[in-house]
Amino acid sequence: MTVQTPANAPRALWRPNRDRAKLTQNIVKVICGSFAAISILTTLGIVATLFFETLSFFGDVPFWQFLTDRKWTPLFASKEFGIFVLVSATVMISIISVLVALPLGLLAAVCLSEYATPQTRKFLKPMLEILAGVPTVVYGYFALLTVTPFLKGILGALPFIPEIKNFNALSAGLVLGIMITPMVASLSEDAIFSVPQRLRDGAYALGATKRETVTAVVLPAALSGIVSSLILAVSRAIGETMIVTLAAGANPTLGFNPFVPVMTMTAFIVQVTKGDAVHGSIAYQTLFAVGTTLFLMTLLLNIFSFWFVRRFREKYD
Amino acid sequence: MNTDHSVTENLPSRASQFKPNLWNRYTQDRIFAILSWGATALAIAILIWLLATILIDGLSTLNWNFIDSFASRKPERAGIKAALAGTLWVMGVVAAVSFPIGVGAGIYLQEFAEDNWFTRLVEINISNLAGVPSIIYGLLGLAAFARILEPITGGRTILTGGLTLVLLIMPVIIVATREALRAVPDSIRAAGFALGATQWQVIWHHVLPTAMPGILTGMILALSRAIGETAPLIAIGAATFIAFTPEGLQSSFTALPIQIYDWVGRPQREFHDLAASGIIVLMAVLLLMNAGAIYLRNRFQKSR
Repeated sequence: MTVQTPANAPRALWRPNRDRAKLTQNIVKVICGSFAAISILTTLGIVATLFFETLSFFGDVPFWQFLTDRKWTPLFASKEFGIFVLVSATVMISIISVLVALPLGLLAAVCLSEYATPQTRKFLKPMLEILAGVPTVVYGYFALLTVTPFLKGILGALPFIPEIKNFNALSAGLVLGIMITPMVASLSEDAIFSVPQRLRDGAYALGATKRETVTAVVLPAALSGIVSSLILAVSRAIGETMIVTLAAGANPTLGFNPFVPVMTMTAFIVQVTKGDAVHGSIAYQTLFAVGTTLFLMTLLLNIFSFWFVRRFREKYD
Repeated sequence: MNTDHSVTENLPSRASQFKPNLWNRYTQDRIFAILSWGATALAIAILIWLLATILIDGLSTLNWNFIDSFASRKPERAGIKAALAGTLWVMGVVAAVSFPIGVGAGIYLQEFAEDNWFTRLVEINISNLAGVPSIIYGLLGLAAFARILEPITGGRTILTGGLTLVLLIMPVIIVATREALRAVPDSIRAAGFALGATQWQVIWHHVLPTAMPGILTGMILALSRAIGETAPLIAIGAATFIAFTPEGLQSSFTALPIQIYDWVGRPQREFHDLAASGIIVLMAVLLLMNAGAIYLRNRFQKSR
């Protein structure tokens, strides 16, 4: 008997409390699940706050007036609520930024994926990541204090170009384009890189040059990824705030003149929240009406991008 | 017979019609290669231009006095003490709140969740939330945290700012956590189950420690995104002129990006230089955080 004790001792010590372990497991599962549910709560919170304030906004301002007014003066005594004044500025700046980011980003993606050696790639990718990680307020500084004087110096010397104001849509759009270039580049590069090598080999076997292979075979094969990266970048550009607030000014003007100060939707939100927007005031409600417009625009773009990828993705196995 | 003859007769002429035109095509090739290298070089040149401008403008006013002084109407006496303290406080809130929640949600989705409507809803939600502009989060923070939850947060305070940024970076942390968990080999889980451990015991004692460097890397990158965010903090109504360091979670505050924004928007050139100095401090903090993330990533890769 005494001989058996040492052998039995560890077994006697080992008392698995399975009930407690299972209880802990269930409690943890519920807690983690509720953490995951916070993401749904966030979405509901965004939709609810935007919806209810916008609803009370349209209780005061007719929806038709919101769409057809030709001025945006919600903070003045004579109020007009033409949202297209803000939308036109946002769209114009986004278009300028895409004109920068599409060629730059796409060519950089082609360069990284098709031309650069692995060593160069290893050096270039972190550089683009740094560019993507620069805070937007820094880009705002750059746009207002470096790019605008630079543009004034260069374009001011050319004939037929109107005077560039200190705040203008052009420099905001250009810098915004630089900001979204890394996004276009890295997402497009993923798409281009995943095109199978045998497609390129096939093109080479038919006697195509490298450029012909890239433009006629690789880029079309990666088209869904490229387009969706571009749409996501546009959606980012529309929602960008600091660059346009600092460099494009705060002057709601209808039209597409890139040389004068304009006011985007995001810049308006900053202008109102910087002051003390009292809850219940028309300024406070306008904030959320503009926010809803912005939210819907970016949401539509994001959904379109997801749909586009799913619909047009080329599958290679 | 007749047709065969005509085909053989045509063959040489068809071959002669094919002009490879190699010189032209190779020229186009070269131009295209130059263009794509040029685009990459241009992007990097602009990055260097940006960094150089900020260093040239900001280095002259960057000294200890600048870091240890409060905001002032006189540029020579202005500094970032309150802004730096505010940023540290807000980041403390963000890190303390977002880490458990983000990692917990990531664990749930990757390890516990079955493929049902709830899981799919959460997944769609997270990818959608990642595309919502940051200023919309600011509006949510303004309505939900600063107004409705005012008894808890105290209005436009550090807590409000922190919680708003938590919601903003949550998708990033969840995605990073899931990726780190996915990289843990299943053999570790199988070994734990074979010894009779519950799923949670396996996760807590074996999977999480293995995935931790990856999770921490994602966490640092998420925080480095939050630290530069300006728009949501302005939207919740953070102050631009604060001459004291925060004393608690319910203290009103300003943050480094907001202080920079305020200085850039002023007409005097002296304030622009101060803004550049502030940017140098902000970018230095960012660089340190990213270096930490890269260090963790490398250590993680070595140990596997």
